[in-house]
Amino acid sequence: MNEIANWALNIASLRGASYADARIVSHRNRALSTKNGKVGSAQDAESLGMGIRVIANNAWGFAATDNLTRASVEAATVLAIEVAHASARVQQEPLQLTDEKPAVAEWTTPHKIDPFTTSIEQNLDLLLKIDAEMRTVSGVTLTETGMSFDREETWFVSSEGANIHQTKFSTGAGYAAYAFAGNEIQKRSYPNSFGGQYQSKGYELIEELKLLENARRVAEEAVALLKADQCPEGTFNLILDGSQLGLQIHESVGHPIELDRVLGMEANFAGTSFLTLEKLRKLRYGSDIVNVVADGRQEHGPGLGTFGFDDEGVPAQCTPIITNGLFTGYLSSRETAHTIGETRSGATMRSEAWNRIPMIRMTNISIVPGDKPLTKEQLISSTDSGLYMETNHSWSIDDKRYNFQFSCEVGWEIKGGKRARMLKNPSYSGITTEFWNSMDAICSRDEWTLWGTPNCGKGQPQQTMGTGHGAAPARFKNIRVGSAFQGS
Amino acid sequence: MLTQSQAADIFNKLRKSSSSGELEVTFSGGRSSLTRFANNVIHQNMTEENTSVSVRILKDGRTARATTNVLDDESLQRAVTSAENLAKVQEADPDLLPMPSNGGPSTTIPSRHFANTANLTPQDRASGVEKIVGTAKKHNLTTAGIFASAESYEGIFNSAGLHDWHMQTLAEISITMIGGDASGWQKFNSPDALHLDPLALAETAARKAVDSANPLDLAPGKYTVILEPAAVLDIVGFMFWDFGGLSVLDQRSFLNDRVGKKLFGDNINIWDDASHPLQTGIPFDGEGMRRQPVQLVENGVVRQLVHARSTAEKLRKSEFADKVGPVHASGHGFQLPNEMGEMPINIVFAAPANPQTVDQMIASTERGVLVTRLWYIREVEPYDKMMTGMTRDGTFLVENGKIQRGIRNFRFNESLLHMLSNVEAMSTPVRSTGEESFDMVVPAMKVRDFNFTETTKF
Repeated sequence: MNEIANWALNIASLRGASYADARIVSHRNRALSTKNGKVGSAQDAESLGMGIRVIANNAWGFAATDNLTRASVEAATVLAIEVAHASARVQQEPLQLTDEKPAVAEWTTPHKIDPFTTSIEQNLDLLLKIDAEMRTVSGVTLTETGMSFDREETWFVSSEGANIHQTKFSTGAGYAAYAFAGNEIQKRSYPNSFGGQYQSKGYELIEELKLLENARRVAEEAVALLKADQCPEGTFNLILDGSQLGLQIHESVGHPIELDRVLGMEANFAGTSFLTLEKLRKLRYGSDIVNVVADGRQEHGPGLGTFGFDDEGVPAQCTPIITNGLFTGYLSSRETAHTIGETRSGATMRSEAWNRIPMIRMTNISIVPGDKPLTKEQLISSTDSGLYMETNHSWSIDDKRYNFQFSCEVGWEIKGGKRARMLKNPSYSGITTEFWNSMDAICSRDEWTLWGTPNCGKGQPQQTMGTGHGAAPARFKNIRVGSAFQGS
Repeated sequence: MLTQSQAADIFNKLRKSSSSGELEVTFSGGRSSLTRFANNVIHQNMTEENTSVSVRILKDGRTARATTNVLDDESLQRAVTSAENLAKVQEADPDLLPMPSNGGPSTTIPSRHFANTANLTPQDRASGVEKIVGTAKKHNLTTAGIFASAESYEGIFNSAGLHDWHMQTLAEISITMIGGDASGWQKFNSPDALHLDPLALAETAARKAVDSANPLDLAPGKYTVILEPAAVLDIVGFMFWDFGGLSVLDQRSFLNDRVGKKLFGDNINIWDDASHPLQTGIPFDGEGMRRQPVQLVENGVVRQLVHARSTAEKLRKSEFADKVGPVHASGHGFQLPNEMGEMPINIVFAAPANPQTVDQMIASTERGVLVTRLWYIREVEPYDKMMTGMTRDGTFLVENGKIQRGIRNFRFNESLLHMLSNVEAMSTPVRSTGEESFDMVVPAMKVRDFNFTETTKF
């Protein structure tokens, strides 16, 4: 693979590129699902191709091909140069890439069990058992389970001398039970909604998730929601479970700190950001106990944003994003780092596949757990009055990442430090900085989980990326609840 | 690009090499390019070519799929073996149907392949971007957006004898104009690049940005809204998953127990029609069945759903057989195997009896809000089809029949049942494209009592 990748670099150099990188990606996926006790889908997919990114005439060009013959790679490289020359027609400032020592390295996701070595029978057997367990609960009208594995092997070379061979694994699984009666459809999911939990791990993740053990409870909760009271409207102290807090971080911290958004590069589709450059190290993003990092390093844990090197060849790093409540950092790239006075990229450039341009993506954007021991049950028992919400149902936020509204699958009233009645259709809304400044407690490391969001969309053409979000249950004071149903 | 003849050769080769059972091979791919600009410069610019070959095995009531983009014999054979391995370990499913030998009643669509679109070069797209940037500079604005073009194919062959092939092109421009605290947006696409007018789109987006400067902080509440076509399609698109027969069979649809009932206003008539001249896309479904036109909603009453072959079979045998309108395979199924069944994806709103232009809607509005586009729409409640989202890139206060000024963006929480029961006026439907849903032929709509629940900071 290195030979054909270097062939692309040679062609790019001969054609006048001042910089070039070539990235060959071999990707494999297995996706299995069940529905109502039957196999719903069983699919394998493989993909192989090369993307060539060049700077020529002070402008970017990119071309990708699925044909790795010399002739096809040469044609794609020439096309990338042609594209760059077209880009140069509409340019202003010279491109500036921060210096990066070219890496020569190998890296593989730490894993115990290569998921592709597990048998399909074993995978389906587990899913069908979960499905059957949920269907034992009277009132359940639909059951769905799913499991997927990905293996991505990348060869990256650059005209600066980088040569990186990287193999990443990710594994995910989850399920949901639905209950329909009267005028209502309710749903409960486990371990998380929209596919479950995903991490950069092998099959050992599946064994850790206690999937079968929770199936009956989850199905019973779906049915119970049909008879639960509607979540009230008003202002409440709100406790969020870790998975919902992970998505809250994703939407109201992870996206606004993307420097390409801040600089207007995503204005047409994903949007911009309220975090304009003058706010760095000045804005009080959250309360004193809010500490958030962007950490793609292996030592952060097996998040979907964990890797050895990003798709510009920069080794994974940890950037403090919010430090004791103060806004302290953005997600940056070699092209954008200089705009915030940095001399090195924050290593966040990732692409969905060989045929997409790398762009700034969240790595693992995680909130640091509390340093004093605090379990979720202790957090609830220390709350005299409020609401506890669990598992995301829907999420929406404006294009500067200010006004958000989330709804969860289930809520419970908290009275006198105890979980009281179950509540259906719970939702909450707010303004990003007001919300994070209202956080007054977060559970400790024992309750902290590195959640995976496998479906983050950004860019044109749109790219889907997996991101990680370490989070523990946390409490927020005086949050607006239920406005989703106001006036309905 | 792969030709139909080359695809047929691959299919015949795989058919000979696969073990007993039925075989389906689908092909998709092509060339696509996208020139992306922001801050008045081109900052990303890409082109790609890819070919995907997807193999489905069906044997003894078991089915599975494997896909590859590597076309050498070894890789293609590996795909067949993978599909066989995935299929053979399953329990037999008595509901699985044999592969169809033909695509059903023939349909005719207009040509959707235009050489001028296929031949657009990086320089052509850059030239279009230059015009857009020039317009931005003329109005002291900055602009961001895309100019994209693509030539693609979809094909299907199966061992029962069915085969079909479709080629199309698409050119697309999307423009955001930004000026201080205001922005404006326009987007359009067509199979024929000649129908794209970068300057006209840029001028409209620029006018919206200029006119919405210094936005007013208006209190949330129920307002009469005038939704431009892109705003309409982005919100109504979320209900069409529920028009698949399997979603009712699964009891996850807002149409559970509601087919045949009046859910929307008398003036709402909706078709799914892949052959409509303003539509784009493929004339056959994931099994190769020809997409048939289906009237989904007639005078506000949900009349029919769409059905994949297997859904039609299951529904006919189910307790819902006489509760979901006419049941027949309509050519709307996804590739098998899948859990979602089918969906109408060529939505066409019928023209109203007395169409009004957006300007006429504004002129007849005492107090209301004009919305250019909606953003980040998500479902809050599935049976009332309660949706939330934000306005974006050009939201205006209308008073006394005139646009008065820009306003800060609202969050809405609105039921689609409520919204489509309160449509006071519609324009002539046009081909429209947004970001939250798929392209449709939709009108602009004037809707009373649209529920805005919060205002954001800009």
